[in-house]
Amino acid sequence: MEETLNLLRRRLSALEPASIGRREGEVFGLGLTALDDALGGGLARASLHEILPATQADAGAAAGFAAGLALRAMAAAGSGQDMVWVRQTHAERETGRLHAPGLAAFGLDPARLILVGVRDVVEVLRAGVEAARCAGLGAVIIEPWGSHRALDLTATRRLGLAAEKSGVTVFLLRPGAFEEAGAALTRWRVSACPSTPLAANAPGHPAFDVTLLRHRAGPAGLGWRLEWDHEQHRFRQAAPLSGAVVSVPARRPAAARRPLARTG
Amino acid sequence: MGNALRLAAPGREALALGISPGLTLADARARIPDLQVVEMDPAADQRLLERLADFCDRYTPMVALDPPHGLVLDISGCAHLFDGEVGLRNSLLARLESAGIETRATVAGTPQAARALARFADIDIVPCGSEAHAVDGLPVAALDIDRESVVALTRAGLKTVGDLAMRPRSALAARFGSALTARLARLLGEEDTRISPRRPLPACMVERRFAEPVTWVEEALEALSGEVGRLLETRGEGGRAFEAAFFRTDGKVLRLGLETGRPTRDAKSLMRLFRERLDSLADPLDAGFGFDLIRLSAMRTEAFAPAQASLDGRQAEEEEVAELVDRLGARFGVEAVTRFVPVDTHVPERAAYMVPAADLPRAAHGWQKPDPDGPATRPIHLFDPPQPIEALAEVPDGPPLRFRWRRVLHEIARAEGPERIAPEWWRHDRCDGLTRDYYRLEDAAGRRFWVFREGLFTEETTPRWFMHGVFA
Repeated sequence: MEETLNLLRRRLSALEPASIGRREGEVFGLGLTALDDALGGGLARASLHEILPATQADAGAAAGFAAGLALRAMAAAGSGQDMVWVRQTHAERETGRLHAPGLAAFGLDPARLILVGVRDVVEVLRAGVEAARCAGLGAVIIEPWGSHRALDLTATRRLGLAAEKSGVTVFLLRPGAFEEAGAALTRWRVSACPSTPLAANAPGHPAFDVTLLRHRAGPAGLGWRLEWDHEQHRFRQAAPLSGAVVSVPARRPAAARRPLARTG
Repeated sequence: MGNALRLAAPGREALALGISPGLTLADARARIPDLQVVEMDPAADQRLLERLADFCDRYTPMVALDPPHGLVLDISGCAHLFDGEVGLRNSLLARLESAGIETRATVAGTPQAARALARFADIDIVPCGSEAHAVDGLPVAALDIDRESVVALTRAGLKTVGDLAMRPRSALAARFGSALTARLARLLGEEDTRISPRRPLPACMVERRFAEPVTWVEEALEALSGEVGRLLETRGEGGRAFEAAFFRTDGKVLRLGLETGRPTRDAKSLMRLFRERLDSLADPLDAGFGFDLIRLSAMRTEAFAPAQASLDGRQAEEEEVAELVDRLGARFGVEAVTRFVPVDTHVPERAAYMVPAADLPRAAHGWQKPDPDGPATRPIHLFDPPQPIEALAEVPDGPPLRFRWRRVLHEIARAEGPERIAPEWWRHDRCDGLTRDYYRLEDAAGRRFWVFREGLFTEETTPRWFMHGVFA
């Protein structure tokens, strides 16, 4: 009787999904101590994380944030140096194609990237699950466009289970989508943020305004302003914004000396 | 033909009544008032011929078309599978007759002899080496030469192939050309040529015939994958391209192709890829009344090097990734899974191109490292083609102060530029477009854009502004 009960207990514990608590060496930090501490050490590897851009126009920022997280995940893993990015081909009219020299300049070596272009959301999910099951990869970014019936709790749960089993970190990047029920471990909302300007008022390093919307293993609702360091592949604290809303360009003369031309 | 409608192919009964090919329609109708006439459709005839060639694929992979209504099959080495040449010929004729096609077939040592005998005589099989004897009585037209030569030969008194065979070849060549003597030699069996088969020949193939036609193919495919794997192993090779052909009882052939990035001979992974391929079909395989022959061919093979464990242990990972690439390619098409290859050019839209990952054994390196001094100068998203915007900027080369894109007005807070990228004048074929001045812009909300002005301000032209990319 006792033996049967013990056997049953062992069987039940084997059937339960792996705990979502912290395990040693199974998290990857983002590079910013305050953020990592708030996350309890970092984000969990081998799980599903969801990234939503705040608006349509923040799709570029969200893609950059996803690429940065993927780089951090692969650096922490040590093994699995290739990554797969699944996109919808027709969505490229909306957001544009991935530009390899731009990715290289961001810090993501395009030689490590395999791009999969498919027709619709169902195929994106299918390709994503296949890629998530391949243990030789480091990270997978799945980019379905918009909201779709197929992207429900079951589908995201399947992705999460596949990620846990194979050890691949999966990022679900969803431009043009609303917040919906899903089984991702963390959910982030990303919007573009003014960067610290360089000399001569040039745009600086990529800066993101991220909010942790949902965290299944900790507190949520916090927001940070992050800057990406493409040399060391880590996020750092972005400098605080100046108080003025709009900075007046120093060059503008009181009376227009040069003619302005409207073109286009 | 000409100005009159002529009959191309009278039927058997019409021939019996005296209608010959080439007769004008008016003449024919005059002789037989209720003659039934159908318009000639060469395209449909060609399609039927191709379908018959597909059907004959089950006997031998070397099938060539002999238009307008002939086929040449090279059965060397296959005849023993069908009870010898007699059995093969009978089986072929029986199946074609049951499909309603009247056929004449001859087996001979050279394609030309077989063709000539099938058309002009009624011989079944020519014993090996006796082609010269068999073609002796054939008319000169059997040489497949043009009409003028036939007329010239007849006028010279050479009416049969036998007559020609007796004459010295050099004299014939001097009078009628060397093409004639070459054809004559082939017809007599002195020379042999190979036919050019319609489909590429496989490196090796295994097949399975079913006495009872089957509709469920997975089991057969599994067994065949195992056999092909063993066959490749004995040859020390792995396959890069495979084709599964399913022959229906009514003659139609369905084919399923597969390509892999690395040579493979593992039956299990091959079967996995085939399953993906079968799943990816829009409609499931239509078996009709069933398949009576299933064949698996390795179309392209390469030397197979057994995997060596590399020092840093990345071998296993690379293999897994290669298998994933194959699986995704089998599912979504080989073109859907790509890698980037760098190109040494300034023009942004050509700085990288995409190549199917299966074709690229090693990832392409050579990308620029991130700039240590400043942020990225290239966007991560690029629009193709660049999208026109309306911009307000200082003349002649100031960055835009504000611009309108997709009906949204963006006020620019920070800008850098211009970076001039001129078209590549040394490429004659690609000398399109004007000089571009690129600007990195950031609007009040923090979104960063890559915008260019095409053309310069001159007296006549006003340049246009475009949105080319979006930064992170």
